[in-house]
Amino acid sequence: MKSFFAFVSGLLMFSSVLAEGLAPDVLVKKISNEVLDIVRTDKDIQSGNTKKAVSLVEVKILPHFDFMHMTKLALGREWRQTTPAQQKALAAEFQTLLVRTYSKALTEYKNQTIEFKPFAMKPDATDVKVRTEVKQPGAAKPFQLDYYLDKSDAGWKVYDVEVGGISLVTTYRESFTTEIRNSGIDGLIKSLREKNQSGEPVVAGSKK
Amino acid sequence: MNTVTMRTRTFIATLLGMGLITGCATSGNAKDPIEGFNRAMYAFNDGVDKAVIKPVAKGYDAVLPNPVRTGVTNFFGNIADLFIGVNNLLQGKVSDGGSDLGRVAVNTTVGVLGVFDVASGMGLEKHEEDFGQTFGRWGMGSGAYVVLPLLGPRTVRDTGGLVLDVATDPVAYIDHVPTRNTLFTVRAINDRANLLPAEKVVEEAALDKYSYIRDAYLQRRRSMVYDGNPPREAEDAP
Repeated sequence: MKSFFAFVSGLLMFSSVLAEGLAPDVLVKKISNEVLDIVRTDKDIQSGNTKKAVSLVEVKILPHFDFMHMTKLALGREWRQTTPAQQKALAAEFQTLLVRTYSKALTEYKNQTIEFKPFAMKPDATDVKVRTEVKQPGAAKPFQLDYYLDKSDAGWKVYDVEVGGISLVTTYRESFTTEIRNSGIDGLIKSLREKNQSGEPVVAGSKK
Repeated sequence: MNTVTMRTRTFIATLLGMGLITGCATSGNAKDPIEGFNRAMYAFNDGVDKAVIKPVAKGYDAVLPNPVRTGVTNFFGNIADLFIGVNNLLQGKVSDGGSDLGRVAVNTTVGVLGVFDVASGMGLEKHEEDFGQTFGRWGMGSGAYVVLPLLGPRTVRDTGGLVLDVATDPVAYIDHVPTRNTLFTVRAINDRANLLPAEKVVEEAALDKYSYIRDAYLQRRRSMVYDGNPPREAEDAP
């Protein structure tokens, strides 16, 4: 009976830790290491199998990103003009685009290692930046890879990634604004959809 | 006058000439006032790249084994370290500048003319500095975004910096012309080959390659001027 009680309270404590979620730097470290461990041993991904890289991204990385938030930031002022249906479509297409891009980057893996920079945050912070540095073999220079996370009910979620000082959200915001100026919000959705469908088919049911 | 002075003057004259042409291609974008001209130049560069440079770079990449590629990159990296050190000193970053000059000393001797980057293993990290960043550090704003023929993205400030980078390029001072030209070519092809993986990602990521590269370049330069710690730009509140 005692051990059963201990077992149940152990479970309860464990699940409350899960419910609270990991601290943002711990989360980034865990996911980065998990993904790299997989890519390091997967010869298929290393030789360019984007489909496999996409599955990896969808399973390991996707759940920790808040794509609606990213899309909202990438639309900037234009977000106010969007309808809920457009918002859904935009977030879905943007997500597909980012998954494909991230997966492509993973297939270029060549024995990089990650150094996690010292991290400090106030206990009640809800918006943080986690800094890492990617070291590459040979003469290629190391580059910074930083994550911006904010705290949601479902734990810390990433809403922007900066590679060598280049922010994903900022870069896409410029492209999106130009596209919206040229062909409106529906035009942007259409362009994103066309771009997503024109690349290598990586999901079941794509054309080709 | 020697060929370096001649080359620098020709370079500046070309840029000024382009400046006359750019007057007619202004656009409404505050960050990219000569967008029309830039897009045209980008298309031209992309054409030359696809036709000539990229195939050579891909061939080079396919033929040379990785250790040799690394050695070539290290060799040219060592030559560059000299003025990277000078630029760090000009920016008042004395210990970084000292470290760069230390790299040159160690890599040239122990590293056999720079082919082996021994210094990084000794804790002397490689930095990335140029005259454009030095001007930025001194407070010069970056000015308009400019796409240069063949050389690619710059800003007005960084183009000025480039002139100095070119004038202080040690390779340019080699008197034996065939050797100098070979080194220029190999360096350019090696740099292009090093960019092949990144290019694949840009291809996948970009809705419009021109603006993607422009925005990435401008952010990257801003980050480099601040050595990786730029103040976060205010976002448009949605």
